[in-house]
Order: sequence, then C-alpha cells, then structure tokens
Amino acid sequence: MTLDPLVVRKDFPIFETESHGKPLVYLDSAATSQKPRQVIDRIVHFYEAENANVHRGVYELSEIATAAYEGAREAAGRYIGARNSRSIIFTRGTTESINLVRYTWAKENVKEGDEILVTEMEHHSNLIPWQMHIADSGAVLKHLPIGDDHKLRMDLLGEYITDRTKLVALPLMSNVLGTINPVREVADAAHAVGARVLVDAAQAAPHIVFDVNELDADFLAYSSHKMCGPTGAGVLYGREDLLEAMPPFHGGGEMIREVWADRATYNEIPYKFEAGTMNIAQAVGMGAAIEYLEALGRDAIREHEIELTTYALERIGAAGATIYGPKDVNERGGVVSFNLDEVHPHDMATIVDQEGVCIRAGHHCAQPLMRKLGVAATARASFYIYNTKEDVDALIDALEKSKEWFI
Amino acid sequence: MVHLSLEELYKEVILDHYRAPRNKGRLDPHDVALERNNPLCGDEIELFLKFNGDDVEGIAFEGKGCSIALASTSMMTEKIKGLNAKDASALAESIKRMMTGDEEGDPKALGDLVSLKGVVKYPVRIKCALLGWNTFLEALEESGKNA
Repeated sequence: MTLDPLVVRKDFPIFETESHGKPLVYLDSAATSQKPRQVIDRIVHFYEAENANVHRGVYELSEIATAAYEGAREAAGRYIGARNSRSIIFTRGTTESINLVRYTWAKENVKEGDEILVTEMEHHSNLIPWQMHIADSGAVLKHLPIGDDHKLRMDLLGEYITDRTKLVALPLMSNVLGTINPVREVADAAHAVGARVLVDAAQAAPHIVFDVNELDADFLAYSSHKMCGPTGAGVLYGREDLLEAMPPFHGGGEMIREVWADRATYNEIPYKFEAGTMNIAQAVGMGAAIEYLEALGRDAIREHEIELTTYALERIGAAGATIYGPKDVNERGGVVSFNLDEVHPHDMATIVDQEGVCIRAGHHCAQPLMRKLGVAATARASFYIYNTKEDVDALIDALEKSKEWFI
Repeated sequence: MVHLSLEELYKEVILDHYRAPRNKGRLDPHDVALERNNPLCGDEIELFLKFNGDDVEGIAFEGKGCSIALASTSMMTEKIKGLNAKDASALAESIKRMMTGDEEGDPKALGDLVSLKGVVKYPVRIKCALLGWNTFLEALEESGKNA
C-alpha cells in the first residue's frame, strides 16, 4: 500500500480554502493536524443521531452512544497495541494524561529524595508537571542530556538512572528535533532499578508505528488532534495492575461504585479515572480518525513522511538554513526545525504566510531545549499525509522571498 | 480575508533600525537593568537605564529578537534618551494605545515611531513591537522614578 497525498487531500475540506488569496500550504501539523471529512461527518452524525450520555441511560439511544464511545476506546487501544481496553483512559489530551499520572501514581510513589528522570528535549507538557511534583514532594528532577547529533546521550543513561529513580518520562518523538528515541532501551534500564516509564507519544502517534508492549511502557499518553481527530480527546494508557492500585484522579459522577454521605467506593478501571460527563463526541471522533489512518495504512504513512522529510531536509539545507535534529531520516519524524542567518523565524513566518504557507516560529513549548541549542526561537515545518513535494517547493520559494527583505 | 501588504509592516525605517540598531549593547554603570522575554516566541531584551535626577540620561539594550522587536526597541531608546521619567512613561503608554488601535498617534510627536503603526494589522506581532516598551515601563517602575 502506498499513499498518494493528492488523493488524501480530497478528504480534507480545509484545502478548498485559500490563505491570502493563495492555495493553503499547511506545514504545521506538529501543532495540530487538519481533519478529514470522515471525522467531521462522524462527529456530526453522533450529535444528529446518537447523542445521549453514556453508561447511564437504560434506553436505546444511550446504549447506542455508549457503544460508540466504547468502540472508540477499543480503537484507541488497538492503535497502540494495548492488550485490553481497560488500560485506556480517555482524557482531554496528552497534557491531561501526564498530569493524571502526576496526581495519582506519582503522588503515591515518588516521594522526598526519589528521582524523576526526563530528557533535555521535553515539551513543556512532560516537564512542568514534574517540576510541580518535585516542588510538592521534595523529589529530585534530572535531565538526560542530548548530544551534538541531537539524539539522547544513551552512553550516560547508566549514570542518570540510579537506585533512587522512580520514574523515567520521555518523548517517543521530539516535537522540535523530530528525533525518535530508543524508548525500549531506556525502559529496560529503568525497569532494572524498579522505575516506571511514561512515554509522551503526542508527536509519535500520528506518524510512526509502535506497540506499547514492545516499548515496554508503563504509561503512554497521546492526543487525538494531532492525528486527524478533534481537539479535546486523548488517551492515557496504563498497565492494568498499576491503574488498579492507583487512587482516582478527579472526583464526581461515573467514577464511583457506591456513595454514602461521607465516603465512597470507586468504579473499576478505566472508569475510576473518568469523572463527570466526558468529551463523548470528541472520543467518537478520535475513533473515526484512527479508523481513517488505519485504512490509509500506517506503514504507508511513515513511508510517505520519510520521502517528504528527505526532500525537505535536502531543499531547506540547500537554501542555506541551519537544520536541527538527526541527519538520518530513519531516526526522525516529519518535523524539520531550522533557522536562516538572515531572517529571524518570526519575520520568516509572517512573510511566508503572505504566500499561503503556514509554518511555526518560536520556542515550540520547549524552552530548555532552545537554550541548549543556543537559540531563542526556530522556524519549524512539519508534514503529514496531505503534504506534497510541491508544498516543500512553495516553502522554499517563500523562504527566498523572506530573504529579500533583509539583504 | 483582509489584504495585508508587507510594505506596511516592514517599512524602510524599521529595516534600517533592525540592520543598525541604535544604543545596542550594555550600559555601565547603570541604575536599572531588566531582562524580559516574549513568552510567545522566546525573544529576549535586556534594558539598561541611567538617570540624572528624573531624566533618562542613558538607555541601552541587549537581546535577541525579530526585526519588529529590535527595531521598535532601538527607536524607543533614541526617542526616550534625555526625556524625564514622566514624559517617557506617557510616551510609552501612548505607543501602547496606538498598538491596540485606541489612539491614532500624532505623527509630529512620534516621528519615526509612526512607522510602528503598520504592526497593528498583524495582531500576533504586536507583542514583538511592545516588548521593549513594556520592559521600559517595568524598569521605570523598578527605579521608583515613575511615582
């Protein structure tokens, strides 16, 4: 199965619009992806024909809504190779998933003097929760360095993981460098000292094929909106035995079994962690997005991105830019951060926007990594299933125009 | 869709201040030094102020930033040097109102600074244009000269 982006584009109504009178060249899918008609229609159909609260009504409509919601949970588990959908908790997205682990598992298991290991390439979503946790608990936060090749310094792993390490939290793929990390190797080292591993798969999930069991992840978080689904939905995968032992997250309806005036017992997993009415339509939309990506073929998606990233690295490099991240496309996803000497990324983004080209400029929610790279900001172009080589050409033409302003 | 012209944003005077920023570098000795960044993009400005009584006798800046942030700060230092704290503060507030579209801005009083008006049409860039000015107002606050 190969992927033809020109066919894929027809599924995305947004490409019928223009930007500044030019065809839309969307190169910011690492921030959020566009949505195919199939997902939009699925959400509309849910509200038009299936809407009811889930797990509550005895009437047919509620059963239909519940089946749609639980069907999405099965898809979300299947997508990452989870053995049982009891391991799949719906959240608002990756950030909430990580915070859930902080307020439940970490609260009970990471205490004063214990260590949390993250990396120098964290998105703020997998950094701030742990900074907050060490402030509360007296635990210690360490950062596994990256090398000049913008990959993790695996040679230092043995030094950074100690008997005090309780949690190793890292991204499967960097949102700035594109680097794909050897998570299994890290997990083996973490497990050898009895630590748990949390994988931030927000960037990886849309792009690369992986399996929670092969990664040996204890927790894994990902978001719907970066992979063709709606905002407001995401997943926390947790190993069943860990989830069973964890205290609840939010208190409220649905997460309980039996309630008295002064106490309650809690629902079974995963419902113990899903208090209140969830983002039902968004979860159903996420399920539709997964089915859409599965139909395209996930290997084909990765193959398409490797081809496009190869082309982009070549052309952006030839334009004289400094490119960040690994040189080998097999070690990186479809995210290319770069800087031109002549043009500040913010100016670049404004000028290429006039040509209909959407790129990101800034610190990409990774300020400590920016400091490590010695820059305040970078430009970033990121690719997905609907992008073509012509999109890369449009970027390069626009980059050349941006240079003309600052000669 | 609003048609925007880059010429309105990147006026020649802005590009000139970006290429050759005025009062760039540290100022020693100084009475106040304050570093602030634009949380949207990470750009940073460090501003140095030296007072003679209530007058801003010396002003200089260091930092990394886009053309709008650096040019705006550069123009600011030229305009503010020699003003007393009260007038400088009033000018900064007036520029902020011009950027939010609440004030037209008097071309005679503003001089080169009028060129910043083009930024109003690029809402995401207003923070860039105001980075230096907001840092100045905070530094003034810190100096106690703004009372």
